[in-house]
Amino acid sequence: MESIELLTYFVLAVFVGFEVVSKVSSTLHTPLMSGANAIHGIILVGAIVVAGHADETWKLVLALIAVLMATVNLVGGFVVTDRMLEMFGGKKKSSEGAAS
Amino acid sequence: MSVLTEEVEALLYLFAAVCFILALRGLASPKSARRGNLLGALGAVVGVATVFLAEELSNVALILIVIAVGSAISVPASRMVKMTQMPQLVALFNGVGGGAAAVVAYLELGAADSLGFKIAVAFTIFVGSISFSGSVITFAKLQEMMTTRPVMFAGQQYLMALLTVAALAGSVLLVLQGSFLLGTALMVVGLVMGVLLVLPVGGADVPIVISLLNAMTGLAVAASGLVLGNTLLLVAGTLVGASGTILTRAMASAMGRSVNNIIFGAFKGGSTAGSTEISDRPVKSGSAEDVAILLGYAQRVIVVPGYGLAVAQAQHTMYELAKALEGKGIEVVFGIHPVAGRMPGHMNVLLAEANVPYEVLQEMDEVNPQFKTADVCLVVGANDVVNPAAKTTPGSPIYGMPILDAGEAKQVVFLKRSMRPGFAGIENELLYEPNTTLLFGDAKETLSKVLSAVKAL
Repeated sequence: MESIELLTYFVLAVFVGFEVVSKVSSTLHTPLMSGANAIHGIILVGAIVVAGHADETWKLVLALIAVLMATVNLVGGFVVTDRMLEMFGGKKKSSEGAAS
Repeated sequence: MSVLTEEVEALLYLFAAVCFILALRGLASPKSARRGNLLGALGAVVGVATVFLAEELSNVALILIVIAVGSAISVPASRMVKMTQMPQLVALFNGVGGGAAAVVAYLELGAADSLGFKIAVAFTIFVGSISFSGSVITFAKLQEMMTTRPVMFAGQQYLMALLTVAALAGSVLLVLQGSFLLGTALMVVGLVMGVLLVLPVGGADVPIVISLLNAMTGLAVAASGLVLGNTLLLVAGTLVGASGTILTRAMASAMGRSVNNIIFGAFKGGSTAGSTEISDRPVKSGSAEDVAILLGYAQRVIVVPGYGLAVAQAQHTMYELAKALEGKGIEVVFGIHPVAGRMPGHMNVLLAEANVPYEVLQEMDEVNPQFKTADVCLVVGANDVVNPAAKTTPGSPIYGMPILDAGEAKQVVFLKRSMRPGFAGIENELLYEPNTTLLFGDAKETLSKVLSAVKAL
């Protein structure tokens, strides 16, 4: 991949990142942090690549440790965020029920 | 197993990246949040499946086993963790992500050829390591496995300066030489700096530090995307880095602090240093019946819930008490401080868990003008968010933090476990005011007593 192309992606992603969370209310700070936390667990893709290309045992062991850590980040992150948001959803339903 | 052409691979990565963008946007609004998160998970699944199909990989079976093990660890942990302990878990997940990024870059040391890639490798190793060890310390602080007070020692800032120089020198050497020995050294420097960075941060500021470390892990992942030439890692990491930075600033401003102050404040002696000593000044304490009478004959009651309420698992009892009061024609609202709990927005999650309806929860700006007309302000398990020192004492560590003006209510009732100061470790003058009544004990127990006393009125 050309460096200049990657730089382009980087700069554009910075602006998108700024833009998407600029108006979030403090109510959702915790789920948002947790959700963003889950997204960077996608480093799993990188860990899989290095583990798949490891040519020496010590490298493979290290890479598999990275795979393990990244999986915990990715899977755990999405599950815990969903659990939190489920409560927000449930609350809405119950309050609607109370109103009717 | 490279069954996908490069074009298809790029398209699938693009799809995953779009999912992540939509996930973050969805999370910014309560209506779309859950769908957003699921979209993010979908993007992650597509991304991971793509790498298996597109790359020529060996050790596939081993990798799959490890992924299965990782899922087997993290799913039950995320399902079972108490909502009060959520910040710790997020810190831990963030730490392992940073660690994974550092290890990935470390292993790519030999493969990096151009100058730009080598710089990216050095950056990822360093920042990933800081994020890992910093998150572990954050976890230990939140779990109260170590003191929540700032830890400082003589010469700390010199050591930090020295390490910064070492890290810079190490990075330059690594870029020039690219040996694993230098990579290891840089990793160690990063790990030590992560510890030193978080140690001096006081308890109340820890949530902001998680957010900051989250953004740093994002950047490390983005840099590892440069190293591997993987656009998905680059875009996803950058998204998290950028949004995390904004989020960190938003949280810091909700607490009336600057990020610089939190990180570097302790070195100048300006962070949330405080005492955990128990004061022996006289206070007015009452019984559950006294409190029930105060509440039962009020017209307007404002409840200020804090972390202590959730720790005692008393949200349900609190809500029942609120309903009982409403049944007597008393107006009850909940005043939620933006950083009530241990993380911004944490209290909303904790009350949502107990099915407290959204309408009775009012944000700080909304509820603050109402304290003047409130007869009773019931503070349950909160302390720092109503501490007037934030307004009146310029020297106080929490000075400048916006607070709930509980003191303006005609009567203030504190439900507390003991006279121990709050998480930030600062004395609260409001406890000694003549119109303040204290009710000691476990929040759940005392609230049930108050509840039955109110019903008996």
